[in-house]
Amino acid sequence: MKVGLFIPCLVEQLYPQVGMATLRLLERYGVRVEYPEAQTCCGQPMTNSGCSADARPLARKLLKLFGGYDYVVAPSGSCVSMVRNHFDELLGGEPGLDHLRRSTLELCEFLVDVLKVPTPSGRFPHRVGLHESCHGLRELRLGSGSERRVVAFNKVRSLLAGLEGIDLVAPARDECCGFGGTFAVNEEAVSCMMGKDRIADHERAGAEIITGADVSCLMHLEGLIRRARRPLRVMHVAEILVEAS
Amino acid sequence: MSGHPEAAARFVADDAKAHWHDQSLWWVRKKRDAAAATVPDWEALRSAAARIKEHTLGRLADYLEEFEKNAVRSGAKVWFASDAAEHNAIVHRILAERGITRLVKSKSMLTEECHLNPYLEARGITVTDTDLGERIVQLRHEPPSHIVLPAIHLKKEEIGELFHGELGTDKGASDPKYLTEAARQHLRRRFLEAGAGLTGVNFAVAATGGIVVCTNEGNADMGTALPPVHIACMGVEKLVPRLEELAVFVRLLARSATGQPVTTYTTHFHGPRPDGELHIVVVDNGRSAQLANDTFRRSLSCIRCGACMNTCPVFRRSGGYSYGFVVPGPIGSVLAPGRDVGAHRTLPFASSLCGSCSDVCPVRIDLHHEILAWRQEIVRRKLVPVWKRAAMRLLAFILRFAFLYRLGAWLVRRMTPILPRAIVYSRWNVWGRQRELPPMPRRSFRALYRSRHGRA
Repeated sequence: MKVGLFIPCLVEQLYPQVGMATLRLLERYGVRVEYPEAQTCCGQPMTNSGCSADARPLARKLLKLFGGYDYVVAPSGSCVSMVRNHFDELLGGEPGLDHLRRSTLELCEFLVDVLKVPTPSGRFPHRVGLHESCHGLRELRLGSGSERRVVAFNKVRSLLAGLEGIDLVAPARDECCGFGGTFAVNEEAVSCMMGKDRIADHERAGAEIITGADVSCLMHLEGLIRRARRPLRVMHVAEILVEAS
Repeated sequence: MSGHPEAAARFVADDAKAHWHDQSLWWVRKKRDAAAATVPDWEALRSAAARIKEHTLGRLADYLEEFEKNAVRSGAKVWFASDAAEHNAIVHRILAERGITRLVKSKSMLTEECHLNPYLEARGITVTDTDLGERIVQLRHEPPSHIVLPAIHLKKEEIGELFHGELGTDKGASDPKYLTEAARQHLRRRFLEAGAGLTGVNFAVAATGGIVVCTNEGNADMGTALPPVHIACMGVEKLVPRLEELAVFVRLLARSATGQPVTTYTTHFHGPRPDGELHIVVVDNGRSAQLANDTFRRSLSCIRCGACMNTCPVFRRSGGYSYGFVVPGPIGSVLAPGRDVGAHRTLPFASSLCGSCSDVCPVRIDLHHEILAWRQEIVRRKLVPVWKRAAMRLLAFILRFAFLYRLGAWLVRRMTPILPRAIVYSRWNVWGRQRELPPMPRRSFRALYRSRHGRA
């Protein structure tokens, strides 16, 4: 099995430790990982701002770099959703696109659905609040979500829950953190209120660490936490799974 | 340009009230969750509703003809209006020909859309909205801030003050029961004086020619039972084929809207009552154009339950007025640009694209995807500021070339930590008003990866 490591721009430049944790985690499960160094960005910022024409060359570049892998894995739900749900509008009909869309997976769903990892080993004796990022939750269906009346499941949570000593706290809402790409700046007031409300919800639930599968949401929450000097830490799920072992 | 971001910032500035608004609507959302959980196969019911709407809209002209034929057979008079002006003129003509000067209305978002009240008032007709929330906003000379909960932006103390001035209730009184009783007595007089009652229509059944009105306060029933003339105004999209299909929507509507199993009153009208008149005004007002548009057609399935507003994290924190359109929230952000894209160009950007709206929608409108599609359309029509467009182009250009991207990012990572805080967090840094910038690591992932694999 040939796996291409898709490291989104935010991870590559601002959270390299999340990329390294993803790499170590995959290697721990015996996956042979390749990292195509010419990759840049999937084009999500352009598409979400209405400039999908600008995203097309980036999507084509990604298809060229990653088209030949059995699986493409990224530690980011929203970038994976971009490939799976929006590349069709940009590159509809191009050879290899259907394969790329089918084979591009978010890290946790790759671990759960493809590798079918048993309970991850390791100890992480902390009170952890899981922020369920929207694109992972509602575009990739990493979890059932509170809106739908379906049998409850949560792929990210199921991985964390296997760690020894972890206390997964229960925030009252599974709502958006308010990042939303350019929304964070276009609608700064609402965006920050949403983020502060999420943080307060996790604090009330007793979290000492907020985790999630998308660094963009975590970057927004971390920015608010550090400005307000709250005693909370922010970690990507991959970092927890690696640190625990 | 003033748009949603500015209005939303003003709403957020009153932190206590914005949180109260958020929590009130989240409470309704949770009631909706609980009500949906009582229905086995809720998700299948949503799918059925979506398919029925798709089918009906696909042959709307046929169903409209069938509806008209059956409604006329039952004794109703059916009018067709191509736009708001025609709708208003028809209603006025019905009233004027009968010398009616007092009209009682029960809730109708369509008449809000057509601005019927000011039109009739300018022609000497006294219009009284009889839904409690609608009456409250009417007394304040405001439009509704939510399509199901029109006065949700007001606290009971504000209503107490309003009623003290308008209805003579005790000063400082804010007991909801007391205030509601005062409104009932006030409205009762208006019901008795009225020459006609106007209602909206929740559903119109093609096979029977009947119309269905769902309310909780009984005001629609009072308003149609007392005066001799009933005028019912409906958009063309309210049709369902038969009673069997109606049942699907009745199960979904109140549960989605307020978390009730069913509205207190679900009234079926088949023709006028003895010695009375029933006029049904069927309105297009832009709906045919929406139907002809492949991208945005599905939003015409909306049954106006308001669930997308209650679940929207932006709506709950920015209030209905921030949208500046008769229908606010996620569905409003899709409908408003369809009417006037220039005037409403900030609405499709008033969303984090979280997708919660699409998952609560009882007719499965893919709201957040339609919002995203509007963004493409707005950029295509050059309705975003030139500098924003240029910034995106530049970013996209840089990202096409790995070396440019790495160089740019390297500069940002190295420069930001050594620049004075006053410069990094100048007023141009909108991100940094309430948030710290992310930590700027010295080395990128690629650099870490290369050194791990023994490359320079």
